[in-house]
Amino acid sequence: MEIIIAVAIGVLTGSGLWLLLRPRTFQVIIGLSLLSYATNLFIFGMGRLRGNAPPILKPGTAGDISQLADPVPQALVLTAIVIGFAMTALFLVVLLASRGLTGTDHVDGRESDR
Amino acid sequence: MTTAIANHLIIAPIVLPLLVGAALLLMDDRRRPLKALLSVSSTAALLVISMFLVWRADGMTALSHTVSYPLGNWPAPFGIVLVLDRLSAMMVLLTSVLGLAGLVFSLARWHRAGPHFHTLFLFQLMGLNGAFLTGDLFNLFVFFEILLAASYGLVLHGMGVVRVKAGLHYIVVNLAASSLFLIGVSLIYGVSGTLNMADLALRIPTLAESDRMFLEAGAAILGVAFLVKAGMWPLSFWLPTAYAAASAPAAAVFAIMTKVGVYVLLRLSLLLFGNGAAESAHFGTQVLLYGGMATIAFGAVGVLATQTMSRLAGYSVLVSSGTLLAAIGVGNATATSGALFYLVNSTLAIGGFFLLIELVERGRDPGADVLAVTMAAYGYTDEDDVAEEVEVGERIPTVVAFLGGSFIAFALLLAGLPPLSGFIAKFALLTAIMDPAGIGTGGPQYVVTWVLVALLILSGLSAMLAMTRIGIQTFWSPIDGVVPGVRGVEIAAVAFLLLLCVALTVRAGTVFDFMESTAASLHAPTDYINSVLQGRAGAAGQGGATP
Repeated sequence: MEIIIAVAIGVLTGSGLWLLLRPRTFQVIIGLSLLSYATNLFIFGMGRLRGNAPPILKPGTAGDISQLADPVPQALVLTAIVIGFAMTALFLVVLLASRGLTGTDHVDGRESDR
Repeated sequence: MTTAIANHLIIAPIVLPLLVGAALLLMDDRRRPLKALLSVSSTAALLVISMFLVWRADGMTALSHTVSYPLGNWPAPFGIVLVLDRLSAMMVLLTSVLGLAGLVFSLARWHRAGPHFHTLFLFQLMGLNGAFLTGDLFNLFVFFEILLAASYGLVLHGMGVVRVKAGLHYIVVNLAASSLFLIGVSLIYGVSGTLNMADLALRIPTLAESDRMFLEAGAAILGVAFLVKAGMWPLSFWLPTAYAAASAPAAAVFAIMTKVGVYVLLRLSLLLFGNGAAESAHFGTQVLLYGGMATIAFGAVGVLATQTMSRLAGYSVLVSSGTLLAAIGVGNATATSGALFYLVNSTLAIGGFFLLIELVERGRDPGADVLAVTMAAYGYTDEDDVAEEVEVGERIPTVVAFLGGSFIAFALLLAGLPPLSGFIAKFALLTAIMDPAGIGTGGPQYVVTWVLVALLILSGLSAMLAMTRIGIQTFWSPIDGVVPGVRGVEIAAVAFLLLLCVALTVRAGTVFDFMESTAASLHAPTDYINSVLQGRAGAAGQGGATP
């Protein structure tokens, strides 16, 4: 499982970075989204990957730490997802405003003249 | 009872702008006078509260100068805490001072330039205050996002092609930096099992050797996120454009946004990587020192190269950030106290300068700057003007006299010339850098110190040159002598910040006493740690979900 997660994070980060450096605003926003997915997976991975382990105690039991998953990274991931989603939506609005005002979807507001 | 209320006041700088800002959101935008009244009065209340907090952090009779406020009353390493100490109280005070000045300034016209200005402005203050007060790394991330989200709105306030273009770049850079922030925080959590800063400071010396590399990698990635905010040299190309494009009241508050990055770096590097951090002690100080020096150099060249005032102010932000980063990198308590004084002084000066620029440029033709430079470059002189002799002894309009006088004052402040507080700040920094063991011992450190001293002085010189040039173009040789229409509240806002700088000069001794005790407690953070963990120091490392 570790290798799959690691490869997934790597591929997402790589594609995200590549898209982030592209000149079209739409590519940039997809790149940022991919980067934030990679980040979220990474945070999740920092709680150690463990199958079949709930992150909460059963009522009335003392609980055994070796049988439980770490709940903190899961809470962090939830927060990060919500914030990332909001920021992507906000960026989308700015992207549209830029497209409307400059008439192009280039990040600099004008086509580069090579 | 009274102490209970006093304790709860710690959270007021976060809750008050949140509630008022949210309430203003529900109000119709046409009821602008009421909205303005509410937001100005709540910011004024914030100023009073933060003055009380500073008094409390400084004047407490007890041994501890740190108060921690557990949110929801969960005990420290598990719940989130707010921590009030001298540094955070001072930063909150600085935020509300700048916020009040910016808000009052905006009443003349800027708050009508777009929807929900007051809400965005108050949320910005809330995010800033939260970032200064929190004692938890992930909570810091949340407050960073709040202040950034509000600042995205404020950059775009007033719209226009320039703002949207600058805003687009600003948002992308900061979103990417936020990803780095998260990666750094989670990496640190992964090895140490805690997000509480005080708890983290206790756990770092006990980390296993194999984990130390991960911790340092996490701290470095986290540091990059803060350095983007602070505008260290290779990460700062977005900054002058975004700051120059923002509307004046927004730019004035942005003057403290770079200082948030500096604040966090100062706090974390001294708390986590102070003398007690075993092998990790002083991690990253070299990067801060050299990076800060590169930033000063880049900023100074930028200051000289700019042709508009707002970009000049943007590059001054970089110079001030660079100076602070280098001073943190020097890493002794004297330099830190000098840096804190410099921080307050430069934030007030740059904030006021951004406000002044808007007033001055209001009366000018947008192309005038470029035209003046081009004419100078091609050796044109206005010979026609000499012929039609201007009436001798013509009276300068009061507004122009005020603007010119303030411009001179800000030039003195930014360049660090006597008699104003900029000089005191720079003098304190230079003394701190030259005085201790560093100089006279020879070796590479010796050279670095002298280079830093030279850079500090040269950056002042370049600020002086650029300000003189632009001041002459603006006030002495206007192409058409239009007197800008300036309202009383705008003059009041600029004068308020200037008077504070004068007060900082007159009462420099008192302020310096405060800064010295702040620096001393930053360099010996046991008080901070004990107060947050409430004597749990012995139990650290056992509690929590240590993986």
